[in-house]
Formats: sequence, C-alpha cells, structure tokens
Amino acid sequence: MVDVLPFTDGELAAIRGDFPILTRTVRDGRPLVYLDSGATSHKPRPVLDAERAFYEQHNAAVHRGAHQLAEEATDDFEAARATVASFIGAPADEVVFTKNATEALNLVAYAFSNAAPTDDPKDERFVRGAGDEILVTEMEHHANLVPWQELARRTGATLRWVPVDTDGALDLSGLDELLTERTKVFAFTHVSNVLGTVNPVADLAARAHAVGALVVVDACQSVPHLAVDVATLGADFIAFSGHKMYGPMGVGVLWGRGELLEVMPPFLTGGSMIELVTMERSTYAPAPQKFEAGVPNAAQAVGLAAAVRWIEGLGIDRIHAHEAALVDLLQRGLSERPWVRVVGPAVGTPRGGAVAFVVDGVHAHDVGQVLDDAGVAVRVGHHCAWPLHRALGATATTRASFAVHNTVAEVEALLAALDRVPVVFGLDTEREAS
Amino acid sequence: MDLYQELILEHSKRPHHAGLRDPFDAEVHHINPTCGDEVTLRVDVSGTGAEAVVTDVSYEAQGCSISVASASVLAEEVIGHRVDEALETFEAMRAMLTSRGQVAGDETVIGDGVAFAGVSKYPARVKCALLGWTAFTDALARAGVDISSTSSTSPQGVSS
Repeated sequence: MVDVLPFTDGELAAIRGDFPILTRTVRDGRPLVYLDSGATSHKPRPVLDAERAFYEQHNAAVHRGAHQLAEEATDDFEAARATVASFIGAPADEVVFTKNATEALNLVAYAFSNAAPTDDPKDERFVRGAGDEILVTEMEHHANLVPWQELARRTGATLRWVPVDTDGALDLSGLDELLTERTKVFAFTHVSNVLGTVNPVADLAARAHAVGALVVVDACQSVPHLAVDVATLGADFIAFSGHKMYGPMGVGVLWGRGELLEVMPPFLTGGSMIELVTMERSTYAPAPQKFEAGVPNAAQAVGLAAAVRWIEGLGIDRIHAHEAALVDLLQRGLSERPWVRVVGPAVGTPRGGAVAFVVDGVHAHDVGQVLDDAGVAVRVGHHCAWPLHRALGATATTRASFAVHNTVAEVEALLAALDRVPVVFGLDTEREAS
Repeated sequence: MDLYQELILEHSKRPHHAGLRDPFDAEVHHINPTCGDEVTLRVDVSGTGAEAVVTDVSYEAQGCSISVASASVLAEEVIGHRVDEALETFEAMRAMLTSRGQVAGDETVIGDGVAFAGVSKYPARVKCALLGWTAFTDALARAGVDISSTSSTSPQGVSS
C-alpha cells in the first residue's frame, strides 16, 4: 500500500470535483477510470470557464484593431503567454504559442531548413545540408522523430540516433561517436511517453553544447508532471502541449532561447508575423510574433493559462509526488503478476507518469478491450513510438498514464480488471511463475 | 462482453491455413497503423473470368485476437471458392462489420464470420477485423483479378 499520499481524501475529492467528465459512466453504467492522461488530459472547470469567458466577454482577433475588445483580447492573450512562460521559468517573449507540440517541433525543423539556403553567418548553427548531422533517440515519439527525418531529407543532412537499452534507458555508451562537431541538433525527449524513462537533460545538453549542437527537448510528458525550469534544464528549445496539462486542445508551446528565436527564420508566414510588407518582399516582427502567423488561438491560450494557474494552485511538486505514488503502486501490483511484463525502468527508478506493459500471449488491443469493458480507459498500441516498440521486441503495449485526479482505488480497479485477461483468453497464469 | 466469442478465441489461438505457402500469384503486406498489426498474405488463383477460383490463401498474421481470427476465418471461407463468391463474402463481412451493430450477418454467406458481429459495436476494432480482408482483395487485384464489383474504400482507422 501507499503510505503517504500528498493530498488528503478531501483534497482529492475536491480535485476530482473540478472535472465534470469524471462524473459520467461508460460501458453500461460503469464509473470512468481514466488512465490515459498521457494521450490527453481531462479539463478542470476553471479551464473550461476561462475559455468560455474569453469568447463571451472579450472575443476579438488579437494584435489587430483599436477597439476595446481587441485590446482586451490582446491583453488576455499576452497575459496567458506571461503565465505559461513564468511556469517554466522563461521570459514571456521566449514563449511561442503553436497548435500543438507537434507543430512546435516542426516549427524548429522548418526554421532550420528555411535558414539553410541563406548565407547569413548567424545561421551556421542550424542544419544546412550534406555533412551536417541530426541526432535523435530510439525512444522518441513520432512527433520528435519524423520532423527530423524530413529535415534530413530536405537538406541532405544525415539522421543518426541513440539506441535504447534493455532497461528502457538511452544507451549512451556510443554517444561520443554519435555526437560530434558534425551534429547540428540533438533532439530527445525529457520523459518517454511509453517507458516513463526520465532522461538526464542537463548532462546530454552539456555534451551537445560542447560540440556546438543545439538541443531540442520534447517536454510533453514532463511539464504536466514535474517541475521544469528552462533556466536550469539546459535545452535550447522545448516543446509541450496544452491538452496534456489540463488545458484545451489546439494550443501547444515552443520555448526557445531568445537569441535563437531572434535569428531563426519563420516557419509559417502571413498576417500578424510581419513588420513591413511590400509587393516584392517582407520583413518580420520580432519573436514570438514572427512565429505566430494568422489569428492565433487566443481562447485556447487563455484556457492553458487557467490550467497553469490550476496546477500552481495544487503545486507541481505535490502533483508529481501523488502521481509517483500511484505509478509505484501500479508497478508493484503488476510485478506480482508473473504473466505481466512492465517495459521501462524498474520499480523504484524515477519515472514519469506512465507505465506500459505487455501480457505475453495477449495482444495489447485485446488487453485494452477487457479493461475498457470494466470502464478502465488505457492506451493500447505503439503510442506513436513505433521504432521504440520494435527495439523492445513488442508489437504493441498497454499503457496506463496518470493525472492528479487518479486514486489508489483506480489503480486497484485497473489491476482487478487486468486479472480478467487471463480468464478471457485462457492463459496459464502459473506458466511463468517460479 | 460479446466481442470475444469462443469461435474468435479458437481461431486466434489455432489459426487455420496459417503460414506462407507456394505457389502463389500475389503477395501483399498490410498494416494497421493504430496498433502495428501486420499481415502478409498470399493468394493463388486458378482459371480466369467467371471461372476463376481461389485455390489458396496463406498468411502470416501478427496482431490482436480479432485480426488473427479474422484472417483465419477468411482463409476458411474463401479457399476453394470461386473468386466472385469470395468477393461476395468479403462484401457481406464488411457490411456487417461497418454496421455499428445493425447487421447480424448471414451464416450461409460468411460462415464463422458471424462470430465477428459483436466487433461492429466497437469502431476502433473494425479495422482489426478487416485487415486480412482488405489484404485479400488487394492481393486478388495484384494477381490480375477484376475486383471492381467491390467498393474499394475501407473504413478509416485512427493512426498515431
């Protein structure tokens, strides 16, 4: 059992009370046990209220027009930027709002190749062409892999990757050969969305910087679950999504060092991001506006800021402690079942809010279906990390991922539902016991 | 839950006609990007036109119980049948699977395929059940068989 949970039962009840969706039932009246927050989190009422209030009271296209609503909408949008920036320890003008984390990562990759044809010496740090190398890892979500594959294809640069070891950690034994003066960018995840592995960002960033490479970190599974401070993290860019941190869908964040954002060419172009436009050419606004073409997702940004305030009200460290306790409880429960194999770090190793596992002999899709029948919502498949699953020797895994509203009883509900899997599929559960 | 009928579990544990065999006229490899299920499927066709017969379907299926069992039932229902009959069976399976629980399926047309009626209530699993069947029709087309009698669209799955 878990000895100490950071929230009292009363506090947890209040937290759960903030989520309207947790009162609904699924599959013939069963309570919803939502263990898929790693895919998308549910939204507490203050977030829904903030988005609605923006539309009901201030709705206008931001950074345009001189009327009062336009002023208010712009103020709300920029205040949201300041709130999100402060949450990660960044100056406001280093935060770019995007559609999602995937767009944020594409923004960096496209800005690099947009810089490639120019002769501006300031751009030498970016991927320019053949001879340059892009380093990623085998544990990346497709969002932090495919954009780099495409950047390599567009520029003629070479893509290389750090393999994953059998414990689900990065195998850094060959890093000196992989990370060289040819490496222009090292892109890796802070916390694996499958394994829960927490990568040593500061160490990796220091080694990348020593050879002059820029560091791009996928922070989707860290920012919602543990304290992230870009001033000490070591990265040059981080990307994360709003909808995985209790915020609305349709808003993501790119943070980049100001000096880099300043010299990076834009990705998307059009209205809002310009300084001066003639029929022949245009000059661009300073960052972050340079990277926010078109009418931005102001209502969603405002909703995300409300999510940040909601998180700050609970305390990110308490959220982390709560989720870590549930992860530990689940890992221990799974380890008592010899027919279940957890992928990723062993019990007791720090990990993020996700636990993925395999029931040998039963496909993850079937495991997930049995859990769903009990009202337990988990993710099944390769979780947008297909190469990682190949490296693990698994076609697919079942993943439970936590949020602050999850409870010990929900972990127990998952384990109880899981015990039906061997029954339904006729597994010999003694087979591997020894 | 009515998804995992005994017939489905039996077929998934002991898939009929499994393994890749010679001779064959075409081989295809289809995947379900949602979960990484894969099937490699071969067809061997003899005769032409209205007399064309599916002489063999062999396959290697790696995936969930629904996709493996579906490939097994497919092989069971089409081997030795005329191509036009096999395509009718495909159409009947697809009509049932995409009916959201509205079509029970006719055992005289789809045989053990009726066990998959429950799948149609789970939209995320329909693609699993159709994986082998879409591979089969693709393989027929590559083998030079006219499959224009079938509507070529398959349900859109979610990819990630």
